[in-house]
Amino acid sequence: MTPNSQIRVDLQLIADMIQPRSRVLDVGCGDGALLDYLVQFKQVDGRGIELSSEGVNACVAAGLSVIQGDADTDLFDYPDRAFDYVVLGQTLQAVRAPRTTLDQLLRIGGHAIVSMPNFAHWRLRWRLLTRGRMPVSDALPFAWYDSPNIHLCSIRDFVALCRDLDARIERGLFLDQTGTPRRLGSGLSLANVLGEQAIFLLCRNGRTKN
Amino acid sequence: MISQAGLRQPGYGQPFALPGHRVLLGSERPLQLDSGAELAAFPIAWQSYGTLNSDRSNTVLICHALTGDQFVAEEHPVTGKPGWWSTIVGPGKLIDTNRWHVLCVNVLGGCMGSAGPSEINPRTGEPWGLAFPIVTIADMVRAQAMLLDHLGIDRLFAVIGGSMGGMQALEWASLYPERVFAAVPIATAAHHSAQNIAFHEVGRQAVMADPEWHEGEYWRHGKKPVAGLAVARMAAHITYLSEMKLHEKFGRKLQDRENIKYGFDAEFQVESYLRYQGQSFVERFDANSYLFITRAMDYFDMAARHGGVLANAFRDTPVRFCVISFTSDWLYPTVESRRIVHALNAVAANVSFAEIVSNNGHDAFLLDEPDFHRVLAGFLAGAAQHRGLLPLRNGSTPPSP
Repeated sequence: MTPNSQIRVDLQLIADMIQPRSRVLDVGCGDGALLDYLVQFKQVDGRGIELSSEGVNACVAAGLSVIQGDADTDLFDYPDRAFDYVVLGQTLQAVRAPRTTLDQLLRIGGHAIVSMPNFAHWRLRWRLLTRGRMPVSDALPFAWYDSPNIHLCSIRDFVALCRDLDARIERGLFLDQTGTPRRLGSGLSLANVLGEQAIFLLCRNGRTKN
Repeated sequence: MISQAGLRQPGYGQPFALPGHRVLLGSERPLQLDSGAELAAFPIAWQSYGTLNSDRSNTVLICHALTGDQFVAEEHPVTGKPGWWSTIVGPGKLIDTNRWHVLCVNVLGGCMGSAGPSEINPRTGEPWGLAFPIVTIADMVRAQAMLLDHLGIDRLFAVIGGSMGGMQALEWASLYPERVFAAVPIATAAHHSAQNIAFHEVGRQAVMADPEWHEGEYWRHGKKPVAGLAVARMAAHITYLSEMKLHEKFGRKLQDRENIKYGFDAEFQVESYLRYQGQSFVERFDANSYLFITRAMDYFDMAARHGGVLANAFRDTPVRFCVISFTSDWLYPTVESRRIVHALNAVAANVSFAEIVSNNGHDAFLLDEPDFHRVLAGFLAGAAQHRGLLPLRNGSTPPSP
């Protein structure tokens, strides 16, 4: 892998939330594109967890510190605040226990960065309403029977879970279907309809920003 | 430094000059063994490849497995076979001896020139035999550290090993974290399981049941317990393979015959193969060494020395780890590697972990496994960048290690 300064727009938005030279854990790091960018261009101390052995092999072969593991089982080992940022990119909807996973992210990271597809996007609503079938889209390209996404939610659902877990949303963005990022305002109605995906920078309430 | 002179083939007293180097260590300060015994003025034999650089930062220590030795990357002086890791160690290879100064040390208790039961006990002038003190994996590592002191090498770039070599890599990182930049434990475990101990006990009992073993003093009788040691090797060899591999390689194929003959010859190819493995092993390995080294592995339990918590063995470690396991390895299965990874995560250590898909069982680490080699090469290149021994891929200079 040669270092790539061009990464996917949602990964770039995540990278922009991360301070240089910080400690970062990328949970579900895939082929390591974000991690590689962060290590090469932001000099972070970067680690990753990835479920697929193809992904792990590619990451380690590229010199990244990545372990084969599972977000559902392998977050409990880490000590509190082991990292400045823990990233969970497009993975929350695929874990068995999203609430527990989010809780773990907030425990082991000073900040958690979570990106997620929004199941309340207007297109998905429209398809469900008009066709009466589980919607399939670019962001959610799987048929219901072979989808790894077992815990889909809306932006509003996610914000409610953050409240339950006493997490503060430090920054929120949503991307519309053209990929244009917009700030998540206090009223969620617009984001919940127009957002194809959302990205949140979170921390546990009562924690000072570092 | 004593070079070559005085080395003997396993076989008690036959003069035989091995390639490589040998030195007497512990003459001034004896090695304190875990058992409480001491070893003074003991020989350690090793082989080296490549050149130590001017700031002494490019040494890779390769630790060998139970029946391996220091001849990693050259024709074996006894068997004439290629070095046990010559697939990946050598000029231009994965562990490139044009770049790295590679060391491999015959373990304490071994039979290729380092102190062990077949070496002469200086107090009696006779081979040690069973009077040789019981050694542990940590003792082997301490002896290697004494050798590095002797060679004037403060810090290793990497310590790499499979199986028992992986145990040494873990022990190196735990005992001397400031002397190890990167550690690669492969196909290994942080403790010996009941099943591991059980297989070793079968092997030891096979040796001891051989009448030619003579309570470990076979040299007095001019004999060697070859039958017992061969059986030990046959049993162990099965644990190094996988059921799939055995099936693939042999199935129920018959050896040099069309039909079964209703007898106890090696009727099946797998029997013939195992007998050959047993026979060729006894030519190069000492039976008492086999007892001592298997014992050292059985005693291996890193957590036990750290209040039962493996993570405590690595607290605040600066070492970069790469743990590697193989799917079909049932001797040191992936769950054991995962245990190590969890312990390293618990101290937020820098760790990579890959489970390589392979049919080759435990022996996979010795074989041509392209995924394994890609992972190992990538990890070493990344570590070398962070150590400042290779430029970073974005062209900038690395931060000081």
